[in-house]
Amino acid sequence: MEKNELIAKINSVLANEFEVEETEIAPEKEIKATLQLDSLSLVDMIAVIEEEFGVEIKGQSVAQVKTFQNLYDFVYEKTNA
Amino acid sequence: MEKRVVITGMGIYSCLGKNLDEVKNSLYNGVSGIVLDPVRKELGFRSGLTSKLDVPDLKGQLSRAQRVFMPEQAKYAYVATVEALNNAKIDQDYLDANSVGLLYGNDSSAEPVYKSVETMFKKKNTTLIGSGGIFQSMNSTVTMNLGCIFHLRGINLTISGACASGSHAIGLGSLLIRNGLEDMVVCGGAQEVNPYAVGSFDGISAFSTREDAPTKASRPFDRDRDGLVPGGGAATVIIEEYEHAVKRGANIIAEIKGWGFSSNGDHISSPNVAGPAKSLENCLRLSNVDIKEIGYINAHATSTHIGDMNEAKAISQIFGDCRPYVTSTKSQTGHEMWMAGASEVIYSTLMMKNNFVAANLNFENPDEDSAKLNIPGQRVDAHFDMFLSNSFGFGGTNSTLIVKNL
Repeated sequence: MEKNELIAKINSVLANEFEVEETEIAPEKEIKATLQLDSLSLVDMIAVIEEEFGVEIKGQSVAQVKTFQNLYDFVYEKTNA
Repeated sequence: MEKRVVITGMGIYSCLGKNLDEVKNSLYNGVSGIVLDPVRKELGFRSGLTSKLDVPDLKGQLSRAQRVFMPEQAKYAYVATVEALNNAKIDQDYLDANSVGLLYGNDSSAEPVYKSVETMFKKKNTTLIGSGGIFQSMNSTVTMNLGCIFHLRGINLTISGACASGSHAIGLGSLLIRNGLEDMVVCGGAQEVNPYAVGSFDGISAFSTREDAPTKASRPFDRDRDGLVPGGGAATVIIEEYEHAVKRGANIIAEIKGWGFSSNGDHISSPNVAGPAKSLENCLRLSNVDIKEIGYINAHATSTHIGDMNEAKAISQIFGDCRPYVTSTKSQTGHEMWMAGASEVIYSTLMMKNNFVAANLNFENPDEDSAKLNIPGQRVDAHFDMFLSNSFGFGGTNSTLIVKNL
């Protein structure tokens, strides 16, 4: 999957799951604040990404993936490894 | 001095309607909420009969973060509670400023448990269960959800008393108010309606197999009954201390005169006569009312052979020649189980306030025991000012409530 295509799909999936407008999502924005995630709904974000893209976000990675750009890069790297 | 307990709000979401008005009309017109569910037949059920109701879509009313923790019965309970609070003229400002309790009957949450286990087996990954799984799976799911959504800060407790859960919830709530421990308690009962919740119940041949005529299948007290039909939804009753209700100008609907209870201490599924009779006697004694004042009995009768027979024996043993109307609204709704004790208080109150006794559907031929009771097979337009509601459950748990018109 091309990176632009991947980014569009991540945005669409997260916007749909967490009921925000896609326009609210931007690369530099923080995921937790934008999607209004607490410790429980963060689990759902991780589960959605794993379910959709087969990519596990665990351990140190959870703390490192702060912005949407971090997430795009992380998923792209894992799916193209 | 003991305090008086009154009902100041009611809300219902059942196979007979999505609010009090719809349910009242269905009761009046003798509508049945029973259908044949083809999905159950695909799953190997002996009987695919069930009550039918839609799971409410709460998007737009509750946030995603609130909905994710709610199994279907919590959604039913939310809708019923919104109506009950509106009916009681209680808004969120009131709930934020006052301590209000919550006692709700619920005794299973099978679907989320099944889905969580299925994810574990298929995906070998517990994260994929999602954050809602644990909160949806617990028996206390309804009270934990309602307590958080409505910011309730009094007692918060789920009553798991099998098919008497909803009745026990109202009884316990009334006891707290009577003793001055709460001024207001949100009481009720909720019941999930999905195949996973009742497959094992079907497996013990408890359900009617009259699949060729679903609306004829639930026939409490009728000679040719062949088992119950599972149902569900949710019912909420706001109960309140009388002076407290008067002071805030509440619409006082009825008074809970008393609560009786007992345990059979006997067989796990087969009811006896002594246990229910004791529950009735206790309720009458504690309510301090004369049996002649009881104009209507909402029977537990689920349409099983032995259950209806023993309840009929218990009622005729207590009431003798005094023959109030006796019906089972389960003839219209099927057995609403954890919800039934609360919903049947609402059904009976709606009848009492609107001067009718709903038909005991499909009561075509009495048997030896039901012949001793005054069971109308057709609706009766009649006024009554007091009713008694029975609820009995597996393990021999019995609960009886007496409610007076105000």
